[in-house]
Amino acid sequence: MEWGGILEGALQQGLGPAAIVYCLAAIGLNVHFGYTGLLNFGQAGFMAVAGYALASIVATWGLSFWLGLVVGLALSVVLALLLGVPTLRLRADYLAIVTIAAAEIIRQTVGSVSLLEYFGGQDGLQQFVDTFAGLNPFTTPMGLGPVSWRPYDFFLLCVGWTVVALCCLIVYLLMRSPWGRVLKGIREDEDAVRSLGKNVYAYKMQSLIIGGLFGALAGFMTALQHAAINPSFFATDTTFFAYTVLLLGGAARVLGPVVGAITFWFLINVLDLFFDQATVGPNPLISASIMTHQQASLMRLIFLGLALMLLMIFRPQGIFGDRRELAIDGR
Amino acid sequence: MVADRIETRDVDPPLRDDQSEAARASLSGVPHEPGAPKPDPIVVADNIVRKFGGLTAVDVEHLEIQRNVITALIGPNGAGKTTFFNLLTGFDKPDEGRWSFEGHNLNGMSAYRVARLGMVRTFQLTKVLSRLSVMENMRLGATGQSGENLWQAMFAPFWRSQEKANSSRAVALLERFSLEPKKDDFAGSLSGGQRKLLEMARALMVEPALVMLDEPMAGVNPALKQSLLGHVKSLREDGMTVLFVEHDMDMVRDISDWVIVMAQGRIIAEGPPEAVMSDPKVIDAYLGAHHDAELDLDESQSGDRNG
Ligand SMILES: Nc1ncnc2c1ncn2[C@@H]1O[C@H](COP(=O)(O)OP(=O)(O)OP(=O)(O)O)[C@@H](O)[C@H]1O
Ligand SMILES: [Mg+2]
Repeated sequence: MEWGGILEGALQQGLGPAAIVYCLAAIGLNVHFGYTGLLNFGQAGFMAVAGYALASIVATWGLSFWLGLVVGLALSVVLALLLGVPTLRLRADYLAIVTIAAAEIIRQTVGSVSLLEYFGGQDGLQQFVDTFAGLNPFTTPMGLGPVSWRPYDFFLLCVGWTVVALCCLIVYLLMRSPWGRVLKGIREDEDAVRSLGKNVYAYKMQSLIIGGLFGALAGFMTALQHAAINPSFFATDTTFFAYTVLLLGGAARVLGPVVGAITFWFLINVLDLFFDQATVGPNPLISASIMTHQQASLMRLIFLGLALMLLMIFRPQGIFGDRRELAIDGR
Repeated sequence: MVADRIETRDVDPPLRDDQSEAARASLSGVPHEPGAPKPDPIVVADNIVRKFGGLTAVDVEHLEIQRNVITALIGPNGAGKTTFFNLLTGFDKPDEGRWSFEGHNLNGMSAYRVARLGMVRTFQLTKVLSRLSVMENMRLGATGQSGENLWQAMFAPFWRSQEKANSSRAVALLERFSLEPKKDDFAGSLSGGQRKLLEMARALMVEPALVMLDEPMAGVNPALKQSLLGHVKSLREDGMTVLFVEHDMDMVRDISDWVIVMAQGRIIAEGPPEAVMSDPKVIDAYLGAHHDAELDLDESQSGDRNG
């Protein structure tokens, strides 16, 4: 067992591009769910719309990368409006149903055979990161302490964490303001907020759009991380991993998604690498009669589920959450 | 209940102050009958009907609420008082009818617009924002905040001075309602009675012209009740109009200038408190026919009998 290698590998993932994707997606969900109480189960839909806009504008239509970013953000606003207009006046659960369905519709649409020439079907699109890669100042592998990344990954990481920092700043500035107070009020009881003369519908729409824009950034990051895009990146479990990250870090905390994303990817990779090493070789730590190498790859999901259950029982407010808040919630 | 009785015995009969005299004088020419026209109405409602399936919860032919007067809306459980509040404030839509507030037609207007016009209500089942502090609950009530605009929200200089002014107004109100020591606690940690107080104080942050209180005194301890009665009266001095639902007949007698009685969705009587409470129709509605005692406090509270 090589513990050094396991921790290094896990740290590399915990700070890596995948963690950034889930961090951005969870920042969006934090605005939706953590602050406003909107149940958006379709964050993967916002990610898909933005990611595919970027990839297809460059790879299919041969237009500028920057235009791709703008169109991606604009389309995620359109998606928020399409989802919000019919559902935000209704009870909270309607938004949940509509978003989960919309995300799946989007994924099936971009993966469909009839749109193959635009979106590449199940194989997706490649060859759209040249502009971005061209900005990369790094030529040799770069590292922090014991871990290092390929030049492109390291560049993506620098850009990604900078974007995360900016997003956290925006969320912080918004949520300490009277505007943020209205959102939190809506989360607690929207009729009370209405009775004080606030246009609840407009605030919910603004929240849905802003959280969707953070989701769009997560979609761009997904596309850049793989330098490719395909429908499997945006399956429903993407949204649920983002919720896990949010709850792990603590909802309605500015830095909750950051702490959650790093912890989540670190732990999941520790488990992965541990079971990988423990079942391989001629004389494995865990004998093949208990668990084969193939079975070991599923262990991380089992442990993840267990860890989530323990978290919800013993620390439901997440790593950063405030215990006092839970104590008073009588509903 | 027992404490109630003891506490209120010593304050009977209520002392009338100048404001009360003025309010009563403004209503002196008004006939004591359902739907009576008032000289200076702030709310006028016509033919408001709300049905829940086969049940007609509200069926009000005509009603006027006099400006700058404390009006009580009473009636047995299930009379339709809360439903009527919901209809007037846009939280529920009537099957038919039209109503106006200070000359603005309110038909089909959404609840938040009604509140912005200055007609603010509280809820029978309190709605405090649990995971916000008492102070934040109060600040949320203030209207016209530039910091509630998305574009200005991120830049504190746009709203900091306004926030300060709102905060000091909030503290003053909290002091009035004996909640000042709790101002930094989560609203969800307040007791039932304290929540009632917070909700009332928060409604006043909106600076309404008409405050509609749905059972403001339910669960508030008798000593505090006395001081709150004083606060409600002071709202009238500040030029506000108060419409409140209450089952405590002592309170109704003590502070209201005018009483409206509802039963089974209809308005069955109107008039000054003394006149209404000795009206046989009202006694019947509360206690059932064949009851000859004068309407007294407390008995009304156990009265589902007619509901
Ligand atoms: N949402 C609803 N659905 C069906 N029936 C309702 C609804 N709301 C109220 N009702 C019915 O309408 C009638 C009036 O109810 P309402 O709450 O207005 O009474 P109230 O006068 O406020 O009574 P209380 O003094 O007990 O608060 C009751 O018979 C009640 O059962
Ligand atoms: Mg009621």
